[in-house]
Amino acid sequence: MRLAADQVEYAVDGRTLLDRVSLALAPGEVHAVLGRNGAGKSTLLRLLAGDLQPQNGSVSLNGRALSAWTPRARARMRAVLPQSESLRFGFTAEQVVALGRYACPQHRPDTERRIVHEALNMAGVGELALRRYPSLSGGERARVQLARVMAQIWEPLGNTVTDAGGGPRYLLLDEPTASLDLAHQHGCLLQARCFAASGVGVLAVLHDPNLALRYADRVTVLEHGRVIGQGATREVLSRELLERTYGIAIELVHTAGDALPVVIAHPQGLPS
Amino acid sequence: MNPLLSSLRRPLPLCLLLGLLALAAAAGGLASGPLAIGGGDILGALGLGTAPDPTVSATILQLRLPRVLLGLIVGAALAVSGAAMQGIFRNPLADPGLVGVSSGAALAAVAAIVLGAALGLGAAGRWLLPLASFGGAAVTTLLVSRLSRVDGATQPAQMLLVGLAVNAVSGAGIGLLANIASGPALRALTFWMYGSLGRAGWPEIALTAPVVLLALLLIPLRGRELNALLLGEAEAAHMGVDVERLKRWLVLLVLLAVGGAVALTGIIAFIGLIVPQLIRLWAGPDHRLLLPASALLGGALLTVADTAARTVAAPVELPIGVLTALIGGPFFIALLLRLRGRGETW
Repeated sequence: MRLAADQVEYAVDGRTLLDRVSLALAPGEVHAVLGRNGAGKSTLLRLLAGDLQPQNGSVSLNGRALSAWTPRARARMRAVLPQSESLRFGFTAEQVVALGRYACPQHRPDTERRIVHEALNMAGVGELALRRYPSLSGGERARVQLARVMAQIWEPLGNTVTDAGGGPRYLLLDEPTASLDLAHQHGCLLQARCFAASGVGVLAVLHDPNLALRYADRVTVLEHGRVIGQGATREVLSRELLERTYGIAIELVHTAGDALPVVIAHPQGLPS
Repeated sequence: MNPLLSSLRRPLPLCLLLGLLALAAAAGGLASGPLAIGGGDILGALGLGTAPDPTVSATILQLRLPRVLLGLIVGAALAVSGAAMQGIFRNPLADPGLVGVSSGAALAAVAAIVLGAALGLGAAGRWLLPLASFGGAAVTTLLVSRLSRVDGATQPAQMLLVGLAVNAVSGAGIGLLANIASGPALRALTFWMYGSLGRAGWPEIALTAPVVLLALLLIPLRGRELNALLLGEAEAAHMGVDVERLKRWLVLLVLLAVGGAVALTGIIAFIGLIVPQLIRLWAGPDHRLLLPASALLGGALLTVADTAARTVAAPVELPIGVLTALIGGPFFIALLLRLRGRGETW
């Protein structure tokens, strides 16, 4: 069981945004999507989320075509963190997270409250529960939204797949680190890793190859809507591929005591 | 905060309080007027005690009761429609009056009167009027929601500008019709421009109010979905809401409520804007509370406003729309300033 795009194509006004792209997100893994601005990362995420329908190819979720599920069943199996948020009404942070529980079978009020608070704590914003959302900073809002999407798929669904959904859960994150400071970028992806460890497949659109190297099991690299690299992160993200992807000189530096290389960009070309 | 006061932010106590307020407003409306009528006589006229003398009975049943019912129903309809529209468009300024839906309905209603009189439709005119009003509301809603979309999302500023234009054109249309209309039709025009609870009698209420009431009962059932929609249409869809179906259904219900309200009482401004905003300020934006609480407060406010409109300058009756705008305008500016202080700018 997977959340998978198979040979999907998507074009707008004759401009191809995605060209025969395949990606299978497995339960328990963190999968990063990298590429330049406009490479098709967000379009791919929106196809996997069901916002857009591929013009060719198909997207399937736990054994069925994505569009064959009811919106509610889909929402039980996968949650989506959008790139930007636009909520301006004065809900409290805990109310925002509780909104994420819309499609879930409702428990007793105290159980619901406990789930909401655990999700807030997991996103590191437990102390903001009663603050009004519009009064939060950009980074705090981003973490409250992360708590909301985690609360949406909080509980395992069991292995039997029925019309109401079932099977593994998936979390799609569109640039989850964009408005976060350095510590919270790592915090966010650590939480994503924790969530993946509980059996959730996590897909994250990222801009920083260092974060991908550190937190992603697998990676898909896009260029002009085509896949130019896919597989285990450490193997795929070579210096050559990164240079091709971002169009600047790249150096991979191994620091003492760390098995992971650090990606360093040299916009003016490598110093000799 | 005082524990009693803060418990009034909870759904049940708040709705009970607002319900009592609406009842008190209704009682006040029935009691006040050129002929002051006491509580015993009111109950008697309503069949809950010994019947008072026929003049008193007739005053209650034929003059004041229809007005009070209209105040409760139309006030509730305007407030709930305002709250629902604000939720659908995620914009607290999306009031049926401001964005032009009411004036579109009024233009169609006025056209029906003037043209109906010219064509000599007579009894069929009674049906034509609410139908025209619903139709006018439908056309303007479609127009405004189409024109205020920018890149697939409704833009608040764009929506207000489109509403401005629609209001201007509808006002001009009503003005043009005023030029070709005569006598009774001309008086009807002022009624639709400024609203009145005194024009509709039992036959009109019987014809149109059930539709409005039905919409009023069905809209609050969508509270949870509207809450999800506040996060954004894509987000609500991700969370499992069938967004397109929800929007179509709610827009239809709002059309019925606003079209019916305009057919009954003409344009009454600001109720749909201020009432939901007040409830949000007091108890937060949760639609499961906002929608029923707005209905109760809207009904109470309009009933009180109407009682004031017909008593403060008696025997002259102030147009109710003038009164609500007079109070509502400055009040709304104060609300905007308060919201700005809380970081909620639009």
